Amino acid sequence: MELNAISIGFAVFTIFTLGGGLGVVTTRNLFQGTIWLMLSLFGVAGYFVLLSAPFLAAVQILVYIGAIAILITFAVMLTRSVARIKSRYFRLLPSFVASLALFLILLFGITLPIFGGHLPEAAPEYVASTRDLGAALVDENGYVAPFLLASVLLTGAMIGAIFIAREDKAKGGGA
Amino acid sequence: MTVPLWMYLAVAAALFSIGVFGVLSRRNAVAILMSVELMLNAVNINLVAFWRYSETSTDLLLNGYAFTAFVLIVAAAEAAVGLAIIITVYRNRRSVIPEHAATLKG
Amino acid sequence: MTMEDMCSGLCSLLADSGADPGLAQFLSLLVGVLLVSGVPLVTVILLIWIERKVAARIQDRIGPNRVGPIGLLQTFADMLKLLSKEDITPTAADRVLYNAAPLVSFASVVLIWAVIPFTPFHYGVDLEIGALYFVAIASFGTLAIMAAGWASNNKYALLGAFRVVSLLVSYEVPLVFALLAPVMLAGSMSLVDIVNAQTGMWFVVLSPLAFIIFYVSSQAETGRAPFDLIEAESELVAGFNIEYSGMKFGMFFAAEFLHVFTNGILMALLFFGGWMGPLYYESPLIAFAWLGLKGGLIYFTTLWLRNTVPRLRIDQIMAFNWKFLVPLSIVNLILLSLGLKLLQELGWAPRDLLSASVGDMLPATALMLLVNLGLALYLLGLLRKRGAEARRDEQMSRASLDQARGLAADRGGA
Repeated sequence: MELNAISIGFAVFTIFTLGGGLGVVTTRNLFQGTIWLMLSLFGVAGYFVLLSAPFLAAVQILVYIGAIAILITFAVMLTRSVARIKSRYFRLLPSFVASLALFLILLFGITLPIFGGHLPEAAPEYVASTRDLGAALVDENGYVAPFLLASVLLTGAMIGAIFIAREDKAKGGGA
Repeated sequence: MTVPLWMYLAVAAALFSIGVFGVLSRRNAVAILMSVELMLNAVNINLVAFWRYSETSTDLLLNGYAFTAFVLIVAAAEAAVGLAIIITVYRNRRSVIPEHAATLKG
Repeated sequence: MTMEDMCSGLCSLLADSGADPGLAQFLSLLVGVLLVSGVPLVTVILLIWIERKVAARIQDRIGPNRVGPIGLLQTFADMLKLLSKEDITPTAADRVLYNAAPLVSFASVVLIWAVIPFTPFHYGVDLEIGALYFVAIASFGTLAIMAAGWASNNKYALLGAFRVVSLLVSYEVPLVFALLAPVMLAGSMSLVDIVNAQTGMWFVVLSPLAFIIFYVSSQAETGRAPFDLIEAESELVAGFNIEYSGMKFGMFFAAEFLHVFTNGILMALLFFGGWMGPLYYESPLIAFAWLGLKGGLIYFTTLWLRNTVPRLRIDQIMAFNWKFLVPLSIVNLILLSLGLKLLQELGWAPRDLLSASVGDMLPATALMLLVNLGLALYLLGLLRKRGAEARRDEQMSRASLDQARGLAADRGGA
């Protein structure tokens, strides 16, 4: 791997992604956890740029940092009085062993070509553009059905979330 | 593109494992939700990386790209509903530990 | 000479003088980045002076006039003052977040300038997702405010941050919906393409309602009156930045000033044809002057508005957004797409937006204006009805109050 803009970017985003991820699972303070999560997801957005999917990177930042981060922060604040739970973890050792084992198995599967064929070293030159994605999303032979389903899902989730979290004043608290 | 595909996959695997660790070990429901987000993003890295490095036929060219967009949509919906549920449970039980909301368990 | 040309020119110059090619490329890129980010950094110094002068004139004062000619150097004096002040970090604050928040806040505004095309050929980078990029970057500012409010470990800072963040998140919805109008009209998210597509007709004529929605929501996004909850001194002490002092406070301040002007430039690009104007193709300087003039005029209207309207209550702001602006922006978007489809079916849409003349755009403009006018008239009727109802309710409650008072007075007399 030679040293150039892409490999340096890859290294930086790897530090962001994995460092942020470790921060999320180790921090005691949930607000800091949110910031770590955002750092991690920013790194993922960086990967999307390196993988020539800038649209996904922008959407990733818009959805996660612009919306979900704020949602999580509000949830952390609204459930604040118990944010100081005595023990951060339970089942610490078994979970650690299990996730480490999972990582090793995955790494083993990635690096050794068990199922035949090596993973490609270089990506093809041609890349579909954002315009192609837009056309495919509304093409009847493309993804128009999942696209419509996703819009219904989003509307349903929005109504559902408002309905669940709404405070029922008549009953004096509780939904 | 000088970064080989396996490196992206390795990072995604590491991120996914971190997420699994968080889901298994954390007590706070919000922290668990954050770990789930990490896992979803690890999957997204995989999807986009495979899409970028594959030389599939032209009509399949956008599968990974479009699928990642849908995962993002589902993640947003999941976070909204999940947090709403956490807040409601907290309001009723004064707790954000999932084990404390086990009334339906026989 | 484009930014890229200049880079390659500098690149080859450096490479010729014996530098390592990689290093030459890196250095020339660095120079480009410094140039592009230098524009907003220099602009903000001037902006603070302009803002203070305009505000003073509106309030029948003279404004800064002591330091330098007509007070031009006042900002430097203020900067020196801010820098020499004690830099306080509250003991119980979250140190890292507390210090990072102003930087992120300022960076979130400066980064927008990376995609702003100053002339047809001078821009940092022409992203194919430019319009989405600046919305995404602006969301860092929201996170920075949240982090600042939380890291200060002060209940007023946290309350202020909560209010501001809920305001920013809410107004982002109509902002993005309105932003979709120029994107749909131009058929591209690249800011350069959007400006070029306005050769025949400015988008503000094609979709005036989208512009108004964008204007109002960006006024809210920058926290300017009547949405200036960010610095509601009388209710929130100061808002999320109460614990900040010295240059860290100055950063938040500068970020806000710069954001207002950036929004002016963005509106000029998205709706007013950017650098388009008589003789813009003659010289990049003329193009740049047109963009600056349009952006400056829009910026001036925001200052005007800021200094003449009172602050709204948070519930009024939220109700206005969710019950009026968001539905309006959705309806506007639906009508816009229907109009575009109709234009295509009728064959009125110009073949190529880049070479369309004003005449080519006339049928499309007429149809779009008609659609917008219809929606606007309907809205005005609706508002009129609502206003009449509200006035009637008010009168009735006042009448019943008077009656009750009268009864009480009678009883007191007896």
